[in-house]
Amino acid sequence: MTTPALEVVDLCYRYPDGTEVLRDVGFHIHPGERVSLLGPNGAGKTTLVLHLNGIIEPDSGTVRVAGLPVVPEHLMEVRRRTGVVFQDPDDQLFMPTVWKDVAFGPANYGLEGEALAARVGAALESVGMTEVAQRPPHHLSLGQRRRVAVATVLAMEPEILVLDEPTSNLDPASRRELATVLTGLDITMLMVTHDLPYALELCPRSLVINDGRIVADGSTADLLADAELMAANRLELPLGFDPRVVVPRAG
Amino acid sequence: MSRGKPASVVTTGHAHALYVHGKSPVHRLPPECKVAALLVFVIAVVATPPRAVWAFGLYAAIAAAVLAVSGVPRRVVARRAVVEIPFLLFAVMLPFLGPPPDVAVGPMELSTVGLWAAWSIVAKGTLGVLASIALTATTEVTDILEGLDRLRVPRVFTDIAGFMVRYLDVILGEQRRMRVAMLSRGYDPRWWWQARALAASAGSLFIRSYERGERVFFAMTARGYQGHMPRFAREEAGARSWVLALALPTLAAAVALATATWLETPR
Repeated sequence: MTTPALEVVDLCYRYPDGTEVLRDVGFHIHPGERVSLLGPNGAGKTTLVLHLNGIIEPDSGTVRVAGLPVVPEHLMEVRRRTGVVFQDPDDQLFMPTVWKDVAFGPANYGLEGEALAARVGAALESVGMTEVAQRPPHHLSLGQRRRVAVATVLAMEPEILVLDEPTSNLDPASRRELATVLTGLDITMLMVTHDLPYALELCPRSLVINDGRIVADGSTADLLADAELMAANRLELPLGFDPRVVVPRAG
Repeated sequence: MSRGKPASVVTTGHAHALYVHGKSPVHRLPPECKVAALLVFVIAVVATPPRAVWAFGLYAAIAAAVLAVSGVPRRVVARRAVVEIPFLLFAVMLPFLGPPPDVAVGPMELSTVGLWAAWSIVAKGTLGVLASIALTATTEVTDILEGLDRLRVPRVFTDIAGFMVRYLDVILGEQRRMRVAMLSRGYDPRWWWQARALAASAGSLFIRSYERGERVFFAMTARGYQGHMPRFAREEAGARSWVLALALPTLAAAVALATATWLETPR
């Protein structure tokens, strides 16, 4: 048995006001898997993401990234291993140019000179954004910014890529381009979304979270075809979309 | 500014798009050389006594030459120079408001001291504005910050300015959407008794920006930020660039020194 890329055990978290956000959340993701985390608004998805790299500390339970527990003494290494792409690229891209933004992560880990330039170049190339390296992020379209946001994380050579709502506000063409970029990456992936067709296309396996609990874990095609499960968890397929007749790209 | 839409609601693109694309020698100079050149030039202009009128002629020739070489259209220069108008209006008042009038110009009784003060503001202000236009039209904002950084301006200032440049559009965009939302519901506050609505939207803009600050901080932390922005290696500006950039400002500085002695010489 290989070490899971991500292992979450009995994770519980309450807001300071006492509201329970995560209740006994547990799952494993193995190297090379692409998994989507599905759930309605307010299910605790983003809170869970912030636990994966130690920005929020759990009340109880553990998170391990490639075997390394998320505890204060390992935070730097944990954050390199867990590459979180946040929902709003304007939050993620804060440096004056795209190049500097992609270099920000690896530079914090001591990379410099040629090695840094090579890392940044490779990351930008893998998302097809090499030509915008010297532009300021606010001059790019939303689709371009989201791809650059993925590059900023890839430059840290993480063990697992965590994407929070990667398709929100994207037009269909940008959504398609991002899918092409993501399927072309050879990396373990956890994609938080309520874009169900996107989950089906990119992720063979899905987890369903609702009200702070993992309520289902299985093949994305099976879960989406389970009308009762979908309805009980406020997950809605687009009109006319039948998951049983769609052949997923990932297999 | 897009045509046909009310200016107060819709401002397009980038609030700080002062840069005018070009490949002139002025564009190509390293930013730190240009920033230093502007500083030397402006100090020379400000240090020159107003009565050395000929010196200002020379400075104007220098500014005009740099602008001509930069290839920035005259129209653009003229439009940007408009920021100076409030100061010019103030200057025009001085000959009337200054010490008691002692000279007659046509039907008007004017004060000589006020006239010289007005001339000083007009000449120095205009030269400062023209020189600043030459810098900002040929250098991207981010490069100006990079230049300040290389001139050893404390990093906390350049970092803060960098974040400001980065998020100015984002925050203006939020402000614009809030205003459109208000207009769409039939409310268009413009008068002081409607200040409450403006204050409320300013307040929620502040809260939103504060929340964004927190999210940006999360994103920075997630990529290993530990309290210091990383610095990236860069090429030092060569001696040739420095000589090229500082030649004219040095001439201006020499002229400024010369005016000091010139004024002391009895004529």
